[in-house]
Amino acid sequence: MNFAKMMNGLPLALALVFSAVSVHAQNVKIAYIDPLSGGGASVGEHGLKHLQFLVDAINAKGGVINGQKMEAVAYDNKGSPQESLVQVQKAIDAGVRFITQGNGSGAAIAISEFISKYNDRNPGKEVLYFNYSAVDPALTNEKCSYWHFRWDANSDIKMAALTDFMKSRKEIKKVYIIGQDYSFGQAVRVAAVAMLKQKRPDIQVVGDELHPLLKITDFAPYVAKIKASGADSVISGNWGNDISLLLKAAADSGLQANWYTYYAGGSGGPTAIKQTGLDHRVFQISEWHTNVPAPAMEAMTDAFLKKYGGEAAQGWWYMRMKNQMDMFVEALNKAKSSDPKKVAAVLSDMKFKNILGADTFMRPSDHSFFQDMYISSFGSGTKHDEEKTGWGWKTTTVIKGQDTVIPTSCKMNVPS
Amino acid sequence: MLELIIFSTLNGLLYGLLLFLLASGLTLIFSMMGVLNFAHASFYMLGAYFGFQISLYVGYWPGLILAPLLVGGIGALVERYGLRTVHKHGHVAELLFTFGLAFMIEELVQMVWGKVPVDYRVPDLLNFSAFTLFSTTYPAFRMFMLITSVVVFLGLLLLLTKTRVGLIIRAALTHPNMVGMLGHNVPLVFMMVFGVGCGLAALAGVIAGPALVTQPAMAASLGPILFVVVVVGGLGSLQGAFIAALLIGLVQTFAVAINVSVADILAPLGITLTRDSMGGDLWMATVAQVAPIIPYLLLVLVLIFRPKGLMGYRET
Amino acid sequence: MSEIVNKNGYWMQWVLAALALIALPYVFSSGAALTMMCLMGFAIIFSLSYNMLLGQTGILSFGHAVYYGMGGFMTAHALNVIAAGKLPIPLPVMPLVGGLAGLFFAMLFGWVSTKRAGTAFSMISLGIGELVAACSLILRGFFGGEGGISTSRTDTMKFFGMNFGPQIQVYYLIAAWCLVCIAAMYLFTRTPLGRMCNAVRDNPERAEFVGYSTQMVRFIAFCASGFFAGVAGGLSAIHYEIVTSSVIGAGPSGYVLLMSYIGGIGFFIGPIIGAVLMTVLQISLSDYTGAWMLYVGLMFVMVVMYAPGGLAGLLLMHKPMLMRGTLRRLLPAYGLAVVPVLMVTAGGVLVVETCYHLLVKASEGTAMNVLWLQYDAKSPWAWSAIVVLFVSGGMALRKLSPYVAEAFHDAVQQAQSKGAQ
Repeated sequence: MNFAKMMNGLPLALALVFSAVSVHAQNVKIAYIDPLSGGGASVGEHGLKHLQFLVDAINAKGGVINGQKMEAVAYDNKGSPQESLVQVQKAIDAGVRFITQGNGSGAAIAISEFISKYNDRNPGKEVLYFNYSAVDPALTNEKCSYWHFRWDANSDIKMAALTDFMKSRKEIKKVYIIGQDYSFGQAVRVAAVAMLKQKRPDIQVVGDELHPLLKITDFAPYVAKIKASGADSVISGNWGNDISLLLKAAADSGLQANWYTYYAGGSGGPTAIKQTGLDHRVFQISEWHTNVPAPAMEAMTDAFLKKYGGEAAQGWWYMRMKNQMDMFVEALNKAKSSDPKKVAAVLSDMKFKNILGADTFMRPSDHSFFQDMYISSFGSGTKHDEEKTGWGWKTTTVIKGQDTVIPTSCKMNVPS
Repeated sequence: MLELIIFSTLNGLLYGLLLFLLASGLTLIFSMMGVLNFAHASFYMLGAYFGFQISLYVGYWPGLILAPLLVGGIGALVERYGLRTVHKHGHVAELLFTFGLAFMIEELVQMVWGKVPVDYRVPDLLNFSAFTLFSTTYPAFRMFMLITSVVVFLGLLLLLTKTRVGLIIRAALTHPNMVGMLGHNVPLVFMMVFGVGCGLAALAGVIAGPALVTQPAMAASLGPILFVVVVVGGLGSLQGAFIAALLIGLVQTFAVAINVSVADILAPLGITLTRDSMGGDLWMATVAQVAPIIPYLLLVLVLIFRPKGLMGYRET
Repeated sequence: MSEIVNKNGYWMQWVLAALALIALPYVFSSGAALTMMCLMGFAIIFSLSYNMLLGQTGILSFGHAVYYGMGGFMTAHALNVIAAGKLPIPLPVMPLVGGLAGLFFAMLFGWVSTKRAGTAFSMISLGIGELVAACSLILRGFFGGEGGISTSRTDTMKFFGMNFGPQIQVYYLIAAWCLVCIAAMYLFTRTPLGRMCNAVRDNPERAEFVGYSTQMVRFIAFCASGFFAGVAGGLSAIHYEIVTSSVIGAGPSGYVLLMSYIGGIGFFIGPIIGAVLMTVLQISLSDYTGAWMLYVGLMFVMVVMYAPGGLAGLLLMHKPMLMRGTLRRLLPAYGLAVVPVLMVTAGGVLVVETCYHLLVKASEGTAMNVLWLQYDAKSPWAWSAIVVLFVSGGMALRKLSPYVAEAFHDAVQQAQSKGAQ
């Protein structure tokens, strides 16, 4: 039995040898925790390239505070909330104090709750969570936290803007809502039904469907149902494979409808839209698109495309990550420290003029970031095209940041 | 409504025939060698990826022949050098070997082709819509998939019933020991059957790859359903596998189209059930949401009440 | 055996184990190590519970994670209920809730599963596992949908002044439960029931002739196994403070099979070794190489093909020689074999890493730094060196293996003859 105990100890000794000890205590580390495998990988991997590009640019300009370098560390959460927590713990053990994540509100809620508990139990070792894309409204309402900052307009804000746009479009008579079966998809459908009823009670919601998240490869049955319902418009918050495959199935079966989406511009989306042949009939709401006139931004996106373009030719997506990192750097420099508590204090109510030259601000009551929203349609006749299809995004309307503000129910505990 | 039924039937048949292509190889392998090949869906995935790689150089059509041959060859090698070594350790060890193999193949595929889906395109020759019914179009590629699956099934049937090789295989399905005693080179037959089974799986992959997404998760998504088909149909019976595959394909496709829940059925009878009632979630779930469960329910019920399956000859 | 394990010695090993568990955090005190040891804790319980089925009773289950997951969910719900009602139940009792949940579901599904043995049982377990996993997204109230159920371990009443916020307190909780469960499962193997499980595994027909219903024996083993899996699930719920439906699926079921088998299913200590090793690999190896899952898969296949006794089997093969002192006979043979083994391993690792680097990390350039060697991934010299290393190591190993086998055989014979004296 002594032998066995020795064998028990040996792997642990190996563990000590192998456990990564943070040597670069000088670097400001930011951990990227998103799916790098599975159904969300296409989105996660692209987001990582964004972060890496931004961090490299920051370091090239001399770093932060007194020349400290920033370092991006990637962790794969496989899209799962529980795995995200394992990775957050790993990141914290490796000396990271700033976490960023965006793909999947389930994971986002898990991370936000974990960090709140961790910061409560470990005063002096706080960690901040920068949410660049998870838009479940709960994160800045009933589940809000002082340590969480969100740079993307939440799902309710987006639906409010989208339904305001739909209000003026008289040709909409029958709407089909299809979404992913999790907290975000449910939030989208609830908001869509409520806001449509309020703004255009004459519109009939002929279908309201939730399907499993990132699992379906063949949407033909769902498209058949949309057809059978006689809908002329489809509302969907789907992202990743779920929107590109849905559009592909629509193309295959020749569905003629207008699409009002959040993420149709994601990987594979533009190619699928081109296949449907719906010229300027697919709309998306976003904080930017490639044809927004802004020379500084265009220069940056060209540089990004050059570095990471390749055959995939996927350009820049996340204006919100650019905003996030720019404000992070400014907060670090203003606080003259990388102590998360001090950085949080600066970020909480920061007003910022972003690279588009627009005025943006962080609301201190719930840490929501407000910016201009663009409703754009995908079709022919644009300056930049997407995924080599020859079609690109064209702005239909711009909604100013302060006009997108909606109330919040957040009551966060502000630490002293 | 009629439109929905027709297209659901077509799609259901398509899915069912695809499952059958896979299940036929698995049934043959299991019946002859008693080993449930966990890695069968992985060979399906390999076929799709090989087809994709070949299509990058010489187009889609050579891949249709080359990929199954390549994967069949790999399968034969796996049997000769891997499975045979493990055979002496028993059935459990064989099962575990194929399990480990499935694991490794997925990792290798992720390493070589990446974790993101690859763009395996429908060949231009077939990139049009075959027909339009009630304003819905049906892609020609899917018709091609249907036709190919039927052709393969007929070919398999002919092979097994009309040729000498088929005679030996059918004998080995029900009386493997006797076949050995009659002097046939059973190890060689095993290797061939394993190779052909894997080749069939690869063919299914080449066909399905452009239509369903070609990604590393494709093996894991189809794997469990495959076992359901084989067990429900009856281990050792190809006809059973065919019926079970069609049944499950149709049931799953139709289930997605139905938006009725138990609560909806009971409402006209005056019984109101909401999410807050006892077991609320179950009553509110529509058939469409329950669709993924149906095959597994079928599997468990069949295994409890009729372990021979629908048309099987032997219990496991 | 009697020279070493006398009555005092038997208790000594448990006391030593307890002391070792208490002392470990002082030796490995970093946050990462502490987390890793917590993970090892419930992984050990989980794989030991799995081995009650596979190693002891001979039934291969592909759906064992169901009981682990149900234990986790029930514990999370119970914690939330206790926190809401401010009930006076301390945290250390909670894994028992998980265990009882695991037991309940094991009884429910076990009755149906254990009717058949062999491949049919494996298929039923797979079916039930997939069924429950698919149900978990529908029954949103219990399973919490995609987001799962979150809970907080600090909301329960204090236990001797500890609120279980700091990781070290959680470690001691897990370590205590781990020791208790290991002892319980070990004692189970020593009971007549445990022996009958072995009999059912080895020769079910004969066990029936002896008078025991094989179905009943399997069923009871299944229930006991479910109980301990539930305990492990409860501990994981306490550690992570969130349980999602991913803990029920085919992933964890396959993972526990891997852990147990690599450790060695024929020995009680096997799953413990497997759990510890796999946890270390999962956490640490992934930092060093992106291809770590491939290594795990390769290791598993190697074990299945060449060492079906697992790592524990390999180690314990040497036990008779260790005790009779004939190990010395083996050392020169092993010493000679070490070099080719290292060559083959290093060559293999280099091949995998270089391929991985070229295929996956191509955008980072071709310079490589593996195993203290720096080279360019595309240079033909590096490739030929690696191939030569691998092939020559393999050939040398093949030449040496009869010599090593003979030395082993001799050593075993000497040990046996010494024992007979």
